[in-house]
Amino acid sequence: MSNIVIEVNNVSMRFNLTKDKITGLKEYVVKMLKRQIEYEEFWALKNVSFSVEKGEIFGVVGLNGAGKSTLLKIISGVFKPTKGSIKMTGDLVPLLELGTGFDPEFSARDNIYMNGAMYGRSPREMDGIFNEIMDFAELWEFKDVTLKNFSTGMAARLGFAVATSVKPDILIIDEIFGVGDYKFQEKCSARIKGMISGGTTALLVSHDIDLIRQMCKRAILLEKGNAVCLGTADEVAEIYGDRGRLAKIIDELNKEEIQNKDPTLISSEKVS
Amino acid sequence: MALTTKRMAIITVMLTVSFFAIFIFLPESVVGERGDNLLFFAPKIAFLSVTAAMVTVFILVFIFRRKYISSQIFALNRYKYLLRLMIKRDFVTKYRKSMLGIIWSILNPLLMMLVMMFVFQYLFRFSVDNYPVYFLSGRLIFGFFEESTAMGINSIINNEAIIKKVYVPKYIFPVAQVTTSLVNVFFAFLAFMLVFIITGADFYWTMLLIPIPIIYTFVFSLGIVMFLSSMVVFFRDMQYLWGVFSMMLFFMTPVMYPVEGTIPEAYMPIYGLNPMFHFVTYFRELALWHTVPDLWSNMVCIGYALASLCIGSYVFMKRQDRFLLYL
Repeated sequence: MSNIVIEVNNVSMRFNLTKDKITGLKEYVVKMLKRQIEYEEFWALKNVSFSVEKGEIFGVVGLNGAGKSTLLKIISGVFKPTKGSIKMTGDLVPLLELGTGFDPEFSARDNIYMNGAMYGRSPREMDGIFNEIMDFAELWEFKDVTLKNFSTGMAARLGFAVATSVKPDILIIDEIFGVGDYKFQEKCSARIKGMISGGTTALLVSHDIDLIRQMCKRAILLEKGNAVCLGTADEVAEIYGDRGRLAKIIDELNKEEIQNKDPTLISSEKVS
Repeated sequence: MALTTKRMAIITVMLTVSFFAIFIFLPESVVGERGDNLLFFAPKIAFLSVTAAMVTVFILVFIFRRKYISSQIFALNRYKYLLRLMIKRDFVTKYRKSMLGIIWSILNPLLMMLVMMFVFQYLFRFSVDNYPVYFLSGRLIFGFFEESTAMGINSIINNEAIIKKVYVPKYIFPVAQVTTSLVNVFFAFLAFMLVFIITGADFYWTMLLIPIPIIYTFVFSLGIVMFLSSMVVFFRDMQYLWGVFSMMLFFMTPVMYPVEGTIPEAYMPIYGLNPMFHFVTYFRELALWHTVPDLWSNMVCIGYALASLCIGSYVFMKRQDRFLLYL
């Protein structure tokens, strides 16, 4: 099974939501002495496993708050999972949000080099693809304008152009087809298709089920942190598209959560 | 057996005690003169044993977690361009909109030095030969430490936008910040040399060794910055506390006053615990007094630098996974 590029094993992610945010040392000490630091545990992901093969476009679908972005952040290494593990082979470029890691005080040119460096590309390598990036983003006239003066669409185009030009082995795309005009969107999907045929693996996140069906072979449906369905894009789309059925599943998950609510799960605990 | 923080602390304490017991009975020819005053001698031995214990634990950790540590170090190879660009960015953006641009990086320390030189030469008088150079040499080393910690303490907080969205080894931010300060020190050193020439101080071959104390200070500051920048994420108050603390440290370091005649002899053992005292003195020995520091001074400097780096990077690595939840 050497062509599995991403392997997600029983990943769970827990967040401690503090009821009131403690930012000061004094406040912390006082609260700790009074044992008033209370956390509410929140599981953003529960036991999610799947694997993605090389050259595949894998879809991640779910309503808002289903845990999609958390999953992507775990895969891209930003978060460390509370439980479970991730195995990956190859370079990864996350496009979690458009303009990831851009500095608004820099010009487009500086940002391109900086972004490339974040993905481990040397300035010399970036010299080679700089023209290509600017061509694709169609931003030649703004190459020395600081990014804070860019419109959202322009920054988005630049972000997309950089991420796809550095030729990563794995590309993570989070809801980015929403931005940019119709023409640019077509250009993007054409480019992603081109990259896939060149052997790049992609993880595509969206709540636009038509897009998933059109681009992906397989997909996973997340709901309230659970993997509800893992299968072909059509299977997932069927469940996701059927609102009545989806609502039922969510209801069941809610019930289950209340039943399983361990009294210790929400507890006042002293922080060690 | 896993190396937990608790176990490591216990091992360190046990090692320190046993080293102390060994060192205190060693002949004078090995550990230096004992003298009549045990108060003077005990801190020296205590320091030696703590350093030895630290280094042992450090080696232990390295053996136990060599996979993790080497993966962290190899990551630097991949991100070296990012490091370089970040340093360049800090440097270029600093004076970007000023008319003289990059010239400021040498003009700024030079003008500062001239002002301080004037103030300290005519307002506060100390009986030190070539006082301007004495003062500025202390100022150079302490300024390096002060600047890198003051800037570095916020290195994680300021790069929140990157940390939240892309995976980058987090230690790159403190490293970049301290390295930027190192570049600034280089320019400050050029300004220092100008003053050195103007005041007619003598050149001597020991000046070639000046990079050594700067490297010691660099490693020491890096450890402190790693510790501070990881703590400040959880407790924002730290940055204000540190501002006060570093000012206190400034007055505890012989930057603007001479040690002899200012600090009573009886307090010297405690006074000598300040690491900055050793770095500053090391630098002065080379630049002003034309002597090469002995083995003991080197050991103290290396000990402090390593201990700081060990503790700093350990705390940093322990806490880095939780940064995101608090930023």
